Amino acid sequence: MSEPLTRQEVAKVAELAMLELSEDELITFTGQLAAVLEHAQDIDDLDVGDVPPTNHPYPLTNVFRDDVIEELDDIRTEVLAAAPESEDGQFRVPPALGEED
Amino acid sequence: MNDWQHNDTPVSSTMLDAWRVDSGVPPEDLDLPDGWEMVIGLEVHVELATRTKMFSPARNHFGGEPNTMVHPVCLGLPGTLPVVNGRAVELSIRVGLALNCTVQRCVFARKNYFYPDMPKDYQISQYDRPLNINGWIELPSGHRIGIERAHMEEDTGKSTHVGESGRIHDAGYSLVDYNRAGVPLLEIVSHPDIRGPEEAKAYVAELQAIVVAVGASDGKFEEGSMRVDANVSVRPAGSDELRTRCEIKNVNSLRSLGRAIQYEARRHVDLYRAGDRPVQETRHWDEEGGRTRAGRSKEQAEDYRYFADPDLVPVDPSPTWVEEIRAALPPLPRARRQALIDAGGDPASCAIAVERDLDGLALAVSAAGGDVPRSLVHIVNNLVVDGAADLDPTGFVELVRMEAGGELTSTQAKQILGEMVSSGRGPAELAVEHGFEAMDSGDLESMLDAIIADHPDEWQRFVDGEAKLQGVFTGQIMKATQGKADGKVVAQLLAQKKAIATP
Repeated sequence: MSEPLTRQEVAKVAELAMLELSEDELITFTGQLAAVLEHAQDIDDLDVGDVPPTNHPYPLTNVFRDDVIEELDDIRTEVLAAAPESEDGQFRVPPALGEED
Repeated sequence: MNDWQHNDTPVSSTMLDAWRVDSGVPPEDLDLPDGWEMVIGLEVHVELATRTKMFSPARNHFGGEPNTMVHPVCLGLPGTLPVVNGRAVELSIRVGLALNCTVQRCVFARKNYFYPDMPKDYQISQYDRPLNINGWIELPSGHRIGIERAHMEEDTGKSTHVGESGRIHDAGYSLVDYNRAGVPLLEIVSHPDIRGPEEAKAYVAELQAIVVAVGASDGKFEEGSMRVDANVSVRPAGSDELRTRCEIKNVNSLRSLGRAIQYEARRHVDLYRAGDRPVQETRHWDEEGGRTRAGRSKEQAEDYRYFADPDLVPVDPSPTWVEEIRAALPPLPRARRQALIDAGGDPASCAIAVERDLDGLALAVSAAGGDVPRSLVHIVNNLVVDGAADLDPTGFVELVRMEAGGELTSTQAKQILGEMVSSGRGPAELAVEHGFEAMDSGDLESMLDAIIADHPDEWQRFVDGEAKLQGVFTGQIMKATQGKADGKVVAQLLAQKKAIATP
């Protein structure tokens, strides 16, 4: 990450995240993101060879639940009632643009 | 000359246009020209046979009314948090061990993209720290295929486009069913070690046998429990380079997998021979058209903006747990094939017997000191029926013994076997019922003598070398015994009598 962050890169990330940013916002966020990356760069410069990687702030592993079904009464009616549109027991959504992955 | 202009045989421009613009009819001959080989890696998604989903307590079950097997977590509703299904982890470890993988501490990651069948707008998967790494499987051919990784993730829902022509780019709308959203998946990624469509099919069949054997999945293609994407490229035979690959999706059966790979490999070769080259992309298999078509250009890995999911803590299987799971694994297909081969079976029949899960029958025959090759003939040819798996091994052993001892002809044995499967009855009582009693060879001989005495002219001509008359005598004795005589014994008797009568 030694190259400075460009506005084009921020615009691309915004597009991938489906965020619509104005020119002003793009300038603001490029500056803020650059500062974050600079901080990460500082950490990168430290010698942490002896420190095991941290995957999570909590010192927990293997938090599992039992494989037991929890049936919810008439969940479909409830969730479809909250959907903008539904049809035949399914969620009705705008046509998908890309092809299914 | 560029390295990719490997072969200067001309390719017609019409054919090349068909490859390039995805129109036109593919050539009938899709075999690769001499000097080229395929390089194939497969990504196989396996739905795990848990009761509930990967991160929520909703039911994991194929079929059912849309959106009835859902829960706030797998609908991605605000304020919900995923909790890992311990059983899914256990099943994933079982598969990893069966694939000779190293099981390691691992982390869940979010794969971010927007599609209506994924309500959270990210899929929980694994990225840089998958559960299982560095394994291999050995195919019945003996070739080993490397396994890069087998990681846990969740399935997506199902969207159905509703529009005039049913094509995805039309106007119209989609209907989404989230019953499948969140179903636990294991994605098994092979190294590019596969060299052709037949080997690709053999690899998937072997994986299927393994996941079924360890109880991790029902392995049903037709219900989407196993789904395959193929990464295909070609190179000059014997080289070790890796050229541009295309990923083929929408392959719904083993047969389609083979066809799609063959088509795609030939497309690449023809592009190289014409001085062109393929571009890296996702392509979709078109079953009716028998060809692959370009989809959207392949998203680069970083476009998914993977990052560790902050809602989930790492999974760190203890060595004790892993060893417990390993110790409880059932015999795997490779070991089962070897056991049958050691019992005297030929490798091809042994592979079929294990594939059909009927090797136990042949092993029972072996344990009783019976005729294993004869039992494999029945397993391969006469037990391709529903219910064969429920056949009582004791009855099967007895049937093989009766046949080997000459009490039943092979035709009679086949008939009785069919009835054993359909009725669940034993071979001895069925044989009595049909009157398939042992035809004593002494009885046969006296009947044959009588027939010879009745047909002196034919017999003399037979002795003098008119071989086709053997059929007349065999027919007569079959008629006299109502078909109960063993054709082989009759032939032996005829040969003996002819040898004695020959001056």
